[in-house]
Amino acid sequence: MELQAVLMAAGGGSRMPDLTYNTPKPMLPVGNKPLMWHPLNLLERVGFEEVIVITTKEVQKMMSTDPKMKDVKMKLDVVCIQEDGDMGTADALRHIQQKIKTDVLVVSCDLITDVALHEVVDLFRAHNATLAMLMSKAHDFTETVPGQKGKKKTGEQRDFVGVDQSGKRLLFMANEADLEDGLSIRKSIMRKHPRMHIKTGLVDAHLYCLKKAVVDFLADNKSISSIRGELLPYLVRKQFSKTTNCPKSKDDADDQTQKTADGSTNSTELLICSRDEPLLQLAQERSCWNDHRGDMSEAYHGGKLRCYVHIMDQGLCYRVNTLAAYIEANRLASKLLEEPAVHPSAVISERCQMGPDSIIGAQCQVADKTSIKRSTIGNSTTVKEKVKVTNSIIMHGVTIEEGCNIHGCVICSNAVIGRGADLKYCLVGNGQQIEAEGEAHSFHTSTFNMLSLFSPPTVTRGT
Amino acid sequence: MAESGVTDGLCNTDDIERSKTEGKELTKEEKQRLRKEKKQQKKNKEKNDEKTSHEGEKKKNKKKKEEQPAGSASQPPAQPSPKAVPAPAPPPPAAAAVPVPASEAPAPADKPAKSKADLKAERASKGKKGDVGQPAPTGKLKAPPSELQPVVKRLPEHVQVDNPEVVKKLAKKLERQQIPLRSDYGYKVSLFSHLHQYSRKAPLTQQLGIPSTVIHPAIVRLGLQYSQGIVAGSNARSVALLHAFQQVIRDYTTPPNEELSRDLVNKLKPYISFLNQCRPLSASMGNAIKYIKKEISNIPSQCKEEEAKIKLLNCIERYINEKIVLAAKAIAKYSIEKISDGDVILVYGCSSLVNHILCEAFEKKRKFRVIVVDSRPRLEGREALRRLVQKGISCTYVLISAVSYILPEVSKVFLGAHALLANGYVMSRVGTSQIALVAKAFNVPVLVCCETYKFCERVQTDSFVSNELDDPDDLIVTRKGKTQLEHWQKVPSLGLLNLVYDVTPPDFVDLVITDLGMIPCTSVPVVLRVKNVDQ
Repeated sequence: MELQAVLMAAGGGSRMPDLTYNTPKPMLPVGNKPLMWHPLNLLERVGFEEVIVITTKEVQKMMSTDPKMKDVKMKLDVVCIQEDGDMGTADALRHIQQKIKTDVLVVSCDLITDVALHEVVDLFRAHNATLAMLMSKAHDFTETVPGQKGKKKTGEQRDFVGVDQSGKRLLFMANEADLEDGLSIRKSIMRKHPRMHIKTGLVDAHLYCLKKAVVDFLADNKSISSIRGELLPYLVRKQFSKTTNCPKSKDDADDQTQKTADGSTNSTELLICSRDEPLLQLAQERSCWNDHRGDMSEAYHGGKLRCYVHIMDQGLCYRVNTLAAYIEANRLASKLLEEPAVHPSAVISERCQMGPDSIIGAQCQVADKTSIKRSTIGNSTTVKEKVKVTNSIIMHGVTIEEGCNIHGCVICSNAVIGRGADLKYCLVGNGQQIEAEGEAHSFHTSTFNMLSLFSPPTVTRGT
Repeated sequence: MAESGVTDGLCNTDDIERSKTEGKELTKEEKQRLRKEKKQQKKNKEKNDEKTSHEGEKKKNKKKKEEQPAGSASQPPAQPSPKAVPAPAPPPPAAAAVPVPASEAPAPADKPAKSKADLKAERASKGKKGDVGQPAPTGKLKAPPSELQPVVKRLPEHVQVDNPEVVKKLAKKLERQQIPLRSDYGYKVSLFSHLHQYSRKAPLTQQLGIPSTVIHPAIVRLGLQYSQGIVAGSNARSVALLHAFQQVIRDYTTPPNEELSRDLVNKLKPYISFLNQCRPLSASMGNAIKYIKKEISNIPSQCKEEEAKIKLLNCIERYINEKIVLAAKAIAKYSIEKISDGDVILVYGCSSLVNHILCEAFEKKRKFRVIVVDSRPRLEGREALRRLVQKGISCTYVLISAVSYILPEVSKVFLGAHALLANGYVMSRVGTSQIALVAKAFNVPVLVCCETYKFCERVQTDSFVSNELDDPDDLIVTRKGKTQLEHWQKVPSLGLLNLVYDVTPPDFVDLVITDLGMIPCTSVPVVLRVKNVDQ
């Protein structure tokens, strides 16, 4: 077998608490399918037959009951981990180390993309790379997010990614948080790759192809707990460390083991002197190919550890970990899905105006004189007459009474919107009830704010 | 082989003259002889059905092709005679011999000569039955049928891309093996429209599933490396291929009710088709594959799977060691004799063998300098330059357009070869024949270095019939931000041609240095014959 797929679905969705306090992030509906269905669909389309899913018990329960998850024809091997534990992604990989028999493809559950996966995997195969990852040019989110006061940037830390001239080899990776004074690049890297492009506007898709040796390395080094935060920068740095360049010299190895008492160096040697068998060496020597030119060194500068990145500049790639991303993903979900936008079991009256980019879920009931534009309506939702829904996301089991006007909102499952309510850019939590004739703008409701809106229109702002 | 052909030819010219003078009288005799001939061939066929021949039919076909130019070298009337030596012929030639009498009908004049010569030659060959005689007569038997019956010779499919039936057949075969078909890209220059032309941006893995289950991952990786040019060069490709086969063999388990010797060969066939789709196989790869297949088929059925696998892995190691590593050492040894102090050596492109020779010579303290000639679009000379300069050899670098300018300085030309064809032609990177031509004009000796495992039974006299077309987009270059050929596809009369190989005639090559010694170019068929006999 060539690659084993691992889906990380144990994340908490800490950056969108309003949506995830009731529904775990992997099961949030995007385009009326649970969020984790999308990466699973990607894997299935490409040809995977088995996926190891690392998730929590709650999600596993919801998975087994969700009809959409039954569409997934692959064999899902669900591994449950504790929800409250601070298990990072690398810890989770370590947890399933016994199941990993070959190179592994790690995907995050919140990735929605239409990338041609062979581009990433080809880099991994062709260059015998230790790591191959996917990144994408970040798109600005154009939709207004409910509850946000103006266009405030959440001040997320930027990632600095350095690639070589071909744009494929990953030379440098650091997060703004780790760079205190400035960005310093080692001379050894500059000597080998005098031209480096440093990009900041990239989104890490959290899709990694890792060699099996890396998983074994993780098993020995228990201090690494996050793939993205710790393992990746470590691997990228290790490409250019001195031990990689002279793995054969036994003296160096002995010195190393004497210096550090723990066994970490042994496994790094294992990682680095990875199976470059003598025949492969011979083939590489005889081949008249080099990945760089201008200096005296052989292909790959003799380095055995190589990290590659495929940067998508066209196509969809979203990580649904913030509210803005969630809304954007819902907007574009209709483009990704091959199913018809309107579910066949939905009952839609003829005098309803439906835009082409709306998605209606199963068993919906949409009454007369409604207008639904650029929205996603979940399963079993009832929309009564004279309702105008634009730019919104309505999840499952919601009831919208007559005469409502909903614009740019996110309404979570089982909510009830009373008659004549006028909501703009609001986020209504699970099971909430908005009273009739209420009007709200840029409002969030959750179980903690049991606010009710009175009949006289009042405009309120706030969290 | 040549000798027997000549002697037979001599006696047959008499026959032919006699037949011409005797005219119609011979028709009756001719019929009788035909009948006798048929009977004898039937007998031979039965005899040889019991004999198991290790050499496959393909080999016989190739032998035929090889013998053909040897035959054409001698007088035309001699051609029917070599055909007339059936001898203890293995089934394939006998099968070919049976249609031979049938095909005689359109050429009555040849018939009597043939039938008489048949008998004579039979008697003669029965007398001098020997190892040498056996492959040669069978080869000769094949050569003439193709003279009369061109249908017998089958063209390889990779040079028949403009024939839709062949393409359909190939598509069906690939479908059966579950391998995606790689589609051709771009407009092909009409002279080369019979060859495949692929784009590097459309790799075959696009149509394969991830993870690949049909094709072993090592083979997928190898195919990718071939198509992207990461493994390039005849030796490197063969070594990488054998390495991948080692991994395949390691991971192989015999399914129940199957024999390893037969099943493994069948398993390798789709892999070879896949690699062929990624990049057309080279002659050295073809020989390596033949060797592996032979080794696998030779595994006795009572051998246990583990033992068989170990045996095969050792065979591969030994093959690489003998044919590539030790051969390189031997060739270096012979070549160093030819390099004298004060030499100015010209090399072209990046040949791993030539680089090895020069590095060895430098270590043996010979004083020489090197001129590296390079050509677009591959610019492989840069890599050769890097390797030589790293060792400390003083080098000059020129492009091929300057070769006639630089040649007055040169004392020797060392060229590498992709393959050595049976008629003495050298198949190498495009541009080699130019270098050899100009060197000949300047009276500079040209030495070709080639291991024997690259010797090929194919025959080619020009670079058009069988070649490889590389990605035409490689010719596009961006200078100062402007890419002139960016939209070349839109111009209807513009075609970009990126040839990979060309053939150099043996007149331009003074010496071929192989691991068997230093031989002239025309001795390639001898080496092939000796090699086949050994195996």
